[in-house]
Amino acid sequence: MAGVGGGNDFQWCFSQVKGAIDEDVAEADIISTVEFNYSGELLATGDKGGRVVIFQREQESKNRSLSRGEYNVYSTFQSHEPEFDYLKSLEIEEKINKIRWLPQQNAAHFLLSTNDKTIKLWKISERDKRAEGYNLKDEDGRLRDPFRITSLRVPVLMPMDLMVEASPRRIFANAHTYHINSISVNSDYQTYLSADDLRINLWHLEITDRSFNIVDIKPANMEELTEVITAAECHPHQCNVFVYSSSKGTIRLCDMRAAALCDRHSKFFEEPEDPSSRSFFSEIISSISDVKFSHSGRYMMTRDYLSVKVWDLNMENRPVETYQVHEYLRSKLCSLYENDCIFDKFECCWNGSDSAIMTGSYNNFFRMFDRNTRRDITLEASRENSKPRAMLKPRKVCTGGKRKKDEISVDSLDFNKKILHTAWHPKENVIAVAATNNLYIFQDKMN
Amino acid sequence: MINTMECAVDAQSLISISLRKIHNSRTQRGGIKLHKNLLVSYVLRNARQVYMNEKYAEIYRMQQYEEVMTVCNEIQELNPLDLVEDCEEQTVDCCGSMNESPSLCGALLPVSHQASPVQHIQPTSACSVPIPLQSEEVCKSPDPSFYRSCCAEAYPVSNCDFSPVNSMHCNKTTVLDLDTHVVTTVESGYLHQDCCASLQQCCQDAQSPAKKRKLDFGYYVSEIEEVPDFTPCKRAKFEDSSYACTEPLDTSNISNLISIFGSGFTGLVSRQADLEQALNGQFCSKQALASLGAWTRAIVAF
Repeated sequence: MAGVGGGNDFQWCFSQVKGAIDEDVAEADIISTVEFNYSGELLATGDKGGRVVIFQREQESKNRSLSRGEYNVYSTFQSHEPEFDYLKSLEIEEKINKIRWLPQQNAAHFLLSTNDKTIKLWKISERDKRAEGYNLKDEDGRLRDPFRITSLRVPVLMPMDLMVEASPRRIFANAHTYHINSISVNSDYQTYLSADDLRINLWHLEITDRSFNIVDIKPANMEELTEVITAAECHPHQCNVFVYSSSKGTIRLCDMRAAALCDRHSKFFEEPEDPSSRSFFSEIISSISDVKFSHSGRYMMTRDYLSVKVWDLNMENRPVETYQVHEYLRSKLCSLYENDCIFDKFECCWNGSDSAIMTGSYNNFFRMFDRNTRRDITLEASRENSKPRAMLKPRKVCTGGKRKKDEISVDSLDFNKKILHTAWHPKENVIAVAATNNLYIFQDKMN
Repeated sequence: MINTMECAVDAQSLISISLRKIHNSRTQRGGIKLHKNLLVSYVLRNARQVYMNEKYAEIYRMQQYEEVMTVCNEIQELNPLDLVEDCEEQTVDCCGSMNESPSLCGALLPVSHQASPVQHIQPTSACSVPIPLQSEEVCKSPDPSFYRSCCAEAYPVSNCDFSPVNSMHCNKTTVLDLDTHVVTTVESGYLHQDCCASLQQCCQDAQSPAKKRKLDFGYYVSEIEEVPDFTPCKRAKFEDSSYACTEPLDTSNISNLISIFGSGFTGLVSRQADLEQALNGQFCSKQALASLGAWTRAIVAF
């Protein structure tokens, strides 16, 4: 999978777009999370309205070998509803913060979805057969008069139209005082962790009435609060290791074998701040919004407001790679603070081979960085480039001086069009990019 | 959309914007977001530090100017011809060793040698304390040493040197002793700071102590003293119950935030009218500061 970012043999092409074309975007339709499952066959999105939509990739047909299977809606269900906490007079948003798939172990699919307070385990299963020939009820379900039954028959399974059912199998509630920002399934496939602003809990997938608190950074006196947890993830292979990032730009790696309460980290990752770049907003832009382990488990990637950093787990004092996402925004921080954009939490993701990383930006731009060639590319998710298999043209932001043709000046960027959530197929060069209420799917096209 | 002209990073406007954000967060759906409010409080703290430093520096400058003028006037009355020349020479000497701040030097020239009376001080020239934002907190942990240099016990700040981005090295430390209300200047630098020191020497004869002088920090200090354990490390207090915690409300902890804002700002607001003529800073958040009572009440109700 060479040249993913800069394009040696690969070019990114438009594949599909899901969602309304309407300019008027309903708040509930805004996509808040995107996640491929382990095989890449399923793609799940969650939105602010608490709904989950799952797309399934159709099997590749022999006729269309160049473009791989398209994703079509597989299942839609309401995962979370708005709730009201009467005790604290607080409304709990139904927005889906995160979706995480469980590895498939039987015909059904399982995923975890969470809002601010409650995590739910959903089972998505197919039903394509129906039992017919009941004795006690008619085909339409009406009960038969038992005295009228003269003979017995064995019901038989008859084929029916495929129906995909989603049912909540577990509800993990009342364990978080603060807003949940992350969930992560452990590599043992039996436990998972959930993190809020101040605490991280460890759950067993089968047990809903108990969870273990493994990290607690709440100070005795809330006035002394200086940092919060912003993201957490389990190591992909070592089931005893997890990391969590903080609003101060630090990452702590913890080993659950060391102690029941992992308040003391095993490793502490922090890059010293450059004092010459100090500003009013230094704390805000250093806050980490996402942390992701590489598939290999050797590296992890963090996203702060202006950059993406790749860390080697064996080196704590600085990242091994730093990529600037939109450095031209550094001089605009004041305005971005005023319009709240500086608080946007961008996510980042690895490709399947860990050779490239991707993250979003504004104006519906998203950025890809090839770690080997050090090339980067800026692409745009827009309806204008939405012809089937249309190649995406690299975009460029003009930072000063003369604006070349096809470049966009910083002041023309639309900061309402932000790409916060992206996902990369675990095995192939297929990416899903959430642009407000639309989901774009792009794939590479071999020359 | 962002304006073409990047807004001037004005500490005051940032403070009012930040307070507005905190206030609005109370009515946001889903409850107060702890992370966002924590980050806003950092901006508040940074802006407030800059704001306070500018104010202190300005007052310090004004005080110095007034004292020096008073002394020079007294000298003029004694022997207008001889002492004026001496003073002028010395003024030229000390001004000659400097690179900038002509206005203050010019202001010290005798009236007869100037076309107009003493101009108002340029607010950002001579004796301006460099913006500490770039220099403080070289380390990650919140380091209050700079702030202490202005309003804490008199001890020298050693670990953070005040070297601004534009390489104006200024290793002068100003400390205000809260108990004795004495401002002590420990200088080991140059540039405009020397101007201040040298100008003192100009009119040294009529003046008694060289460096130590009493500053009328009365109303500042008294209000700061209302917060005995005030440190800039204090973050905005986010009441637990707002975040759906079962701990009881602790009003004494809330009052810390109030007294931080109340003492720091309302006192300054009352003085604003006096300073406004001398300052050319923007007061776009004057209303916000003046109406701080409303904000503090909002914060109390957190």
